[in-house]
Amino acid sequence: MTRSIARGLCAAAAVALILSCPIRSGDAGNIPLDQRRSSYELMSPPTRAMQDDDTANPGTLWVLDGEALWQRESGAAGQACAGCHGDAAQSMKGVAARYPAFDASSGRPIDLEQRIVDCRVERQRAPAPARESKELLALTAFVARQSRGMAIEDVAGKDERLRPFLESGRAAFEQRQGQLNLSCANCHDDNWGRSLAGNAVPQGHPTGYPIYRLEWQGMGSLQRRLRNCMIGMRAETYAYGSPEYVDLQLYLAWRARGMPVEAPGVRP
Amino acid sequence: MARALINVPARAKRGEVIAIKTLISHVMESGFRHTSDGVRVARDIITTFDCTYNGVEVFHADLYSAIAANPFITFHTVATESGTLVFKWTGDNGFSATESVTIQVE
Repeated sequence: MTRSIARGLCAAAAVALILSCPIRSGDAGNIPLDQRRSSYELMSPPTRAMQDDDTANPGTLWVLDGEALWQRESGAAGQACAGCHGDAAQSMKGVAARYPAFDASSGRPIDLEQRIVDCRVERQRAPAPARESKELLALTAFVARQSRGMAIEDVAGKDERLRPFLESGRAAFEQRQGQLNLSCANCHDDNWGRSLAGNAVPQGHPTGYPIYRLEWQGMGSLQRRLRNCMIGMRAETYAYGSPEYVDLQLYLAWRARGMPVEAPGVRP
Repeated sequence: MARALINVPARAKRGEVIAIKTLISHVMESGFRHTSDGVRVARDIITTFDCTYNGVEVFHADLYSAIAANPFITFHTVATESGTLVFKWTGDNGFSATESVTIQVE
């Protein structure tokens, strides 16, 4: 009896030691601005080369589809995106670097996908494209591509109205959740650069979205990626388009302020 | 019509080895997956890829179930003369796509 208690204590101590070891002390919380790294830098040279070369980057297929959709008249209004916005190279330059942004009609931030859905429904009077549909990913990729190389703006810092949503996103990032009882910050603030099942843990900056993920064999939005992480933590996922995701996206964008947009990114 | 991206240098010196990169959009259903009801999802893949240079086949590939979605195929050939490179993909369900590019050899 005593022996088994002693053994139990030993095991508990060992577990505590293992758990405490990988956590870096002192730098929990926000990553200093000059130490932030896009997950691009953690990728293998072949995967980086794939992202850098537009003719090898499969995301280009979606960008080209998005360009075709941009020009095509759609919906009951018979209007194309280009009918109002003209040349996307000018009108959409820097737009993706400013999202999520405050939407006056709903009184809260919306992401770029939601802005496109709203535009399609309200202005073009077309059916709302489903989240993660080829149409919406293609348009988002095309719009985001126009901001490649531009710095992600500190929208939440500049816009007072976004402050409460930024704080809610931050709280979601730091809140432990799921059966594994992990928070986003446990991995992406405290243990980035270390290995998780043989893969490098990235800092989690949303620089390349929508991304072509090799594991998916296709394109996906940031919300799809967030769902992936939540499933990994064995937490309950939210429905696509949920305000919880948008708040988290807002916090991630604030956290990555100043970092260049890479869209469409390629990730392993 | 599937969308394809072709990267061939517009100009090359005679005898130069040139890299050719091709990427085509295709879902690539392996044929090994089942729906939740246990019904097998029919295979839908690209089965052959072919490149001809002024009518002469310079590269050919047979593809099978393990091929990735949106296959990226890159290979090399020798720039012999100015002309046209024709790329052809064929696959299940009557899939067929053709693209061509011209090359100037000096």
